[in-house]
Amino acid sequence: MKPINEISSVLTPLDRKNVDTDQIISKEFLKRIERTGFGKYLFYHWRFHTDGTPNKEFVLNDPRFQDSEILVAQENFGCGSSREHAPWAILDYGFRVVIAPSYADIFYNNCVKNGILPIRLQEAEVTALLEKGKQAPYRLDVDLRQQTVTAEDGASYSFDIDPYWKEMLLNGWDEISLTIQYDSYIQAYEEKMQQAQ
Amino acid sequence: MAKTIIEKIWEQHIVFEEAGKPDLLYIDLHLLHEVTSPQAFEGLRLNGRKVRRPDLCFATMDHNVPTRNRSVIKDPISRKQIKTLQENCDEFGVPLAGINHPDQGIVHVIGPELGLTQPGKTIVCGDSHTSTHGAFGALAFGIGTSEVEHVLSTQTLWQSKPKTMEIRIDGELGFGVSAKDIILAIISTYGVDMGTGHIIEYTGEAIRNLSMEERMTICNMSIEAGARAGLVSPDETTVEYLRGRRNVPEGEAFEREAKRWLALATDEGASYDVSHTIHADDISPFVTWGTNPSMGSGIAERVPTAADYDKQEDRDALRQALAYMQLEEDAPLSSIAIQHVFIGSCTNARLSDLRAASEIVKGRTVHPAVTAIVVPGSETVKRAAEAEGLDQVFLQAGFEWRETGCSMCLAMNEDAVPAGERCASTSNRNFEGRQGAGSMTHLVSPVMAAAAAIEGHLTDVRNYMKEPVPQA
Repeated sequence: MKPINEISSVLTPLDRKNVDTDQIISKEFLKRIERTGFGKYLFYHWRFHTDGTPNKEFVLNDPRFQDSEILVAQENFGCGSSREHAPWAILDYGFRVVIAPSYADIFYNNCVKNGILPIRLQEAEVTALLEKGKQAPYRLDVDLRQQTVTAEDGASYSFDIDPYWKEMLLNGWDEISLTIQYDSYIQAYEEKMQQAQ
Repeated sequence: MAKTIIEKIWEQHIVFEEAGKPDLLYIDLHLLHEVTSPQAFEGLRLNGRKVRRPDLCFATMDHNVPTRNRSVIKDPISRKQIKTLQENCDEFGVPLAGINHPDQGIVHVIGPELGLTQPGKTIVCGDSHTSTHGAFGALAFGIGTSEVEHVLSTQTLWQSKPKTMEIRIDGELGFGVSAKDIILAIISTYGVDMGTGHIIEYTGEAIRNLSMEERMTICNMSIEAGARAGLVSPDETTVEYLRGRRNVPEGEAFEREAKRWLALATDEGASYDVSHTIHADDISPFVTWGTNPSMGSGIAERVPTAADYDKQEDRDALRQALAYMQLEEDAPLSSIAIQHVFIGSCTNARLSDLRAASEIVKGRTVHPAVTAIVVPGSETVKRAAEAEGLDQVFLQAGFEWRETGCSMCLAMNEDAVPAGERCASTSNRNFEGRQGAGSMTHLVSPVMAAAAAIEGHLTDVRNYMKEPVPQA
């Protein structure tokens, strides 16, 4: 996966809580057997009317946010289905960072395994970002190494991340290659279980 | 020190641990299906890797399969996905209950049926409803496709130890109240993110009195409470369910296993990070009115009003949900007309669910404005139901009796609710568009779905049941 450290971009304000993965990527698009090509289906039923024309009310169709790499939403983002097609769609569309007060556990794991940085900030901080981001394009500098988010008006926030995921994201490591280095431990565990039976 | 079952299973599965890192956990059973596995197998191929323990994997086809005519998969992409799983299982030596196999069914229904699901196991699947298997006292959770590939390759996962949460249901369930009503009541009380970062253990008298199938219904929807997993400590009910099943030991060896399973139960005096208690007699037959599973109430109640909420964001969420659901504030829930009934899914498509629904349906007729379908959870469930004549009860009432699969729970196959129409559904998610673009879902128990099919609107099933005669 692609390493990630510094991202500078305007934010896209998605002012909703409990956004579920069915909304992020609807089931009719889960039939592909590849990891790519899901971006055009991201938030499909919010982005497009039933006749296929863009819903101008929806934030992803706002021309001011077209080059945004940072998606900001309210709490419990990515709840519901475990479908990794959701982060694949987010990444393929062009987002590298998501900011929310909280995430569903499986979605969070799926993000870090695909080079998407899911940042947790306080609810009041996210509300402030959403409010400013809705008024006018609002640029953020995200720095994973420093674990900071700095806004164009000087507002600055820090975030926590598990050091293990941080290393993975910074280096773009393939987790399986890392785990294979623990093969002797896995073998030892299997032998121990075999003997116990 | 007294330990919870969660801590016991966790500790038994640590392959490697080091401060500042997640634990490397061994996985005992890996279930697979056609939608979340193709990219994982492709990843193995691209890197020249093999499946480390195909003997600990089991695959089936459930999400995409047609429920009318098995031999015709109209959608070419669905067909390709199904064919791809067959080819991947052949190539990597993974056991598969394919589309025409007698063991085929929804992955979370067949695991327990085949005795693959056992207490104390770590179980994963690229599907969030893997929590179902927790009913057996297994540590079972859904994973993404990258993790599927990781488990295929290494039979392990890096996992940070979650916090523990107890949900105790005291007392006895009231007349006409199902396991589904318990879990919907829990989620509506505490919210869809109550369990984030936690594993839930369900305890208390009401849980102990449930059958294994009812416990599966509750554990199944742990993910709808945001939890990583949900489980019930094993007891005699668990042991008796597993006795004699394929894939469990026989005779002496079974008794030894049973003893080991029972010892996994949470110790007296063990503590949890969080504990909640609900009284069973506060729970009534439930329906959801909104677009997430916490938006529900007892059937006798009304759709909430904005004045019921203190926070602006909750009022916004109510407004958005009611706009999508085409409902007015303060409408009585029992007045909501429905056009579809779906009895199926990994939540409620086991034999006891079909029996309960058939009792309500027997000798009655589906409302003329309603299309009602029954989709058994597995081929095994279907055969058993047909042997008892349940299919005939449903057919005579005007239900359709279908082949098995996930079907209208997520409408990946052709079983979809049309835009603007409503479904009383025994499934687990009422998200926007879940059962088809523009469709509206009301989550209910199997008996509540059966009653709605007959009335043509949501209704209190207790009116259809004879009150048990109190013992003198």
